[in-house]
Amino acid sequence: MTTLDSSKEIQKNNSEVNETHEDFRMFGLITFLIADGMTFAGFFAAYLTYKAVNPLPDGAIYELELPIPTLNTILLLVSSATFHKAGKALLKDKNSDSQKWLFFTAFLGVIFLICQLFEYFHLPFGLTDNLFASTFYALTGFHGLHVTLGTLMILIIAWQSRINGGRLTSQNMFPLEAVELYWHFVDGIWVVLFIILYLL
Amino acid sequence: MTISIDPQKTHNESLQPKGWLRYFSFSLDHKVIGIQYLVCGFLFYLIGGTLASAIRIELTSPMSDFMPRDVYNQVLTLHGTIMIFLWIVPVVNGAFGNYLIPFYVGARDMAFPRLNAVAFWLIPPSGLMLVASYFVEGAAQAGWTAYPPLSITTPQSGQIIWILSVLLLGGSSIFGGINFIATIIKLRRPGLKLMQLPMYCWAMLGTSLLVVLSTPVLAGTLILLSFDIIANTGFFNPVLGGNVVVYQHLFWFYSHPAVYIMVLPAFGLVSEILPVHARKPLFGYTTMVFSIMGIVVLGLVVWAHHMFTSGTPPWMRLFFTIATAFIAVPTGIKFFNWVATLWGGKISINSAMLFSCGFIINFVFGGITGVALAQVPFDIHVHDTYFVVAHFHYIVYGGTVFIIFSSIYHWFPKVTGKMLSEKLGILHFIITFIGFNLCFAPQHWLGLNGMPRRVAEYDPQFQFVNQISSLGALLMALSTIPFLINVFLSVRNGKNAGDNPWNALTPEWLTSSPPPVENWKGEAPLVEEPYGYGKEISEQK
Repeated sequence: MTTLDSSKEIQKNNSEVNETHEDFRMFGLITFLIADGMTFAGFFAAYLTYKAVNPLPDGAIYELELPIPTLNTILLLVSSATFHKAGKALLKDKNSDSQKWLFFTAFLGVIFLICQLFEYFHLPFGLTDNLFASTFYALTGFHGLHVTLGTLMILIIAWQSRINGGRLTSQNMFPLEAVELYWHFVDGIWVVLFIILYLL
Repeated sequence: MTISIDPQKTHNESLQPKGWLRYFSFSLDHKVIGIQYLVCGFLFYLIGGTLASAIRIELTSPMSDFMPRDVYNQVLTLHGTIMIFLWIVPVVNGAFGNYLIPFYVGARDMAFPRLNAVAFWLIPPSGLMLVASYFVEGAAQAGWTAYPPLSITTPQSGQIIWILSVLLLGGSSIFGGINFIATIIKLRRPGLKLMQLPMYCWAMLGTSLLVVLSTPVLAGTLILLSFDIIANTGFFNPVLGGNVVVYQHLFWFYSHPAVYIMVLPAFGLVSEILPVHARKPLFGYTTMVFSIMGIVVLGLVVWAHHMFTSGTPPWMRLFFTIATAFIAVPTGIKFFNWVATLWGGKISINSAMLFSCGFIINFVFGGITGVALAQVPFDIHVHDTYFVVAHFHYIVYGGTVFIIFSSIYHWFPKVTGKMLSEKLGILHFIITFIGFNLCFAPQHWLGLNGMPRRVAEYDPQFQFVNQISSLGALLMALSTIPFLINVFLSVRNGKNAGDNPWNALTPEWLTSSPPPVENWKGEAPLVEEPYGYGKEISEQK
């Protein structure tokens, strides 16, 4: 029995024993995202402390080019908007529209990752060159991991919103809402990261 | 596999094994998971205790003659890590939390039963991995704190396995924390107000907040540390321009709250046990709630008191000394309330009560040395000596482990439907209490006289006191024998307990022993006064 089937069964059973409770899956997700945010907070704290306390060796390059990360910021912000569009479309039972918006969002996520990799390959420093370089790769890499997972999840829900037999419908919005919240979270973290890492 | 939300419906087709075999299955029942946590934790306690015995045998003589020095380092690292991450944290949170919280909030299970099972089943593999690392080129040697540069320069494979294991255990802890928060806040029975919850719920809510806010920081830090070890980065390596103190800050940002993660649930459990066996309402319920939340908030801003000798600037020393001293206030309120609960009560001297009183005595002592350690001039003198070892063993063993045993004596009749033998229980308490104090009280003296911790060899002038301490450790090791005999005999031939042997009022006693799947035959009872001893019980529905 697949996970999908058995979770349907819970919902069925829940309604049959007539002991309903509100849906708190979103609450659990928010709690998890707070925890996830604390991991980033730890990284940011470490980065800022290093910046304040640990001088870099002479000749270290820590000025970053801005065009690609700015493009990336715009990509993620636009992707948040397109994701929102997907939710709106699903709410109006326009599943195919919703699916198109989801694929477009995933596409933006992939472009973001490609840009990020492009930046990695063209930076004048490597992971172990100096403290700034290591922290830069750790922070952006950890964020990139989140974007990768988010893109995969978007593709999964895009597949789930298929018209015949899809799990994602206007009656069952939770998968979309959950991934959307996660995606906005990753987006918000990027904005903070962009400000701290590139602009400060 | 199906989940039996409705027992009548799904029992026939359920693939879950029945009887004792279900404790070896991926069960989603919170009671089964609670017992899985407890037994798994206790097995690791026996392993960690064996390692502790090895340490105490080594320290009976000033030379490292029982084992080589590097093996001693591995033993003390494994001892600390196992006791903290595999015994105390899973048992005092996972075991009792899973078993009791759904009863207390009037629910049929935890909010996320699958996440709950995942959280438990992360523990055995990571624990086994940690223990097994000893046989693969040696375990980690850098202590449970894994301070760089020591953790970078000691053999790598053991340290990496240690990091992986702690990351998995941290993940387990976070999943558990999310589950507890959702269960307590969202899954309460209709009509049950927050301020009517038994105190353990509040303790677990506070603990889970700490888990969710601080454990991820440790995870991030350990990932950076693993980069330092594997990928030759220099986050914490001064040779490559890194900063070791940043590691200490990030590590203690988790690990000081971890002390409260270990101790707050014990505070909650003792608040359940004392009123029942003293037949009195819990004194000062509201102040208890606020002091728990005060400890949670203050617990997040005291971490640097572990680092007074790490070149912390004066303003930081001042701030963290004052913040630490403040924590004594809510803790003191709680102790006052417990003593006031006992005051004038009809106290039954049984094993659960004795262990709880032992907890109060030991913890007050550990708390006083804790306030002393928060003072910078004193801390600089005794930093990294046996005084610190004595202090935190009074907190985690004299505090939390005493409460774990007290809780086992208290809730064993509920879990199994059988009573434990009181004679063996009291014997267990006497040996544990004497052994514990004999083992750790002399270590204060050793620390004040300058014996450093985590070293296999010491100045011969300390030998006699160390031997007294080792004698205490021997008694502590022996004390598990009457306990294990008691449990095994009572599970098979114990007296039948009935549903409510202690005449307690908290909700878990209002169902059968052992409780049915889904906790209640009908609707969950609404317990508005969990501590209404001496009041009209008929008010309760």
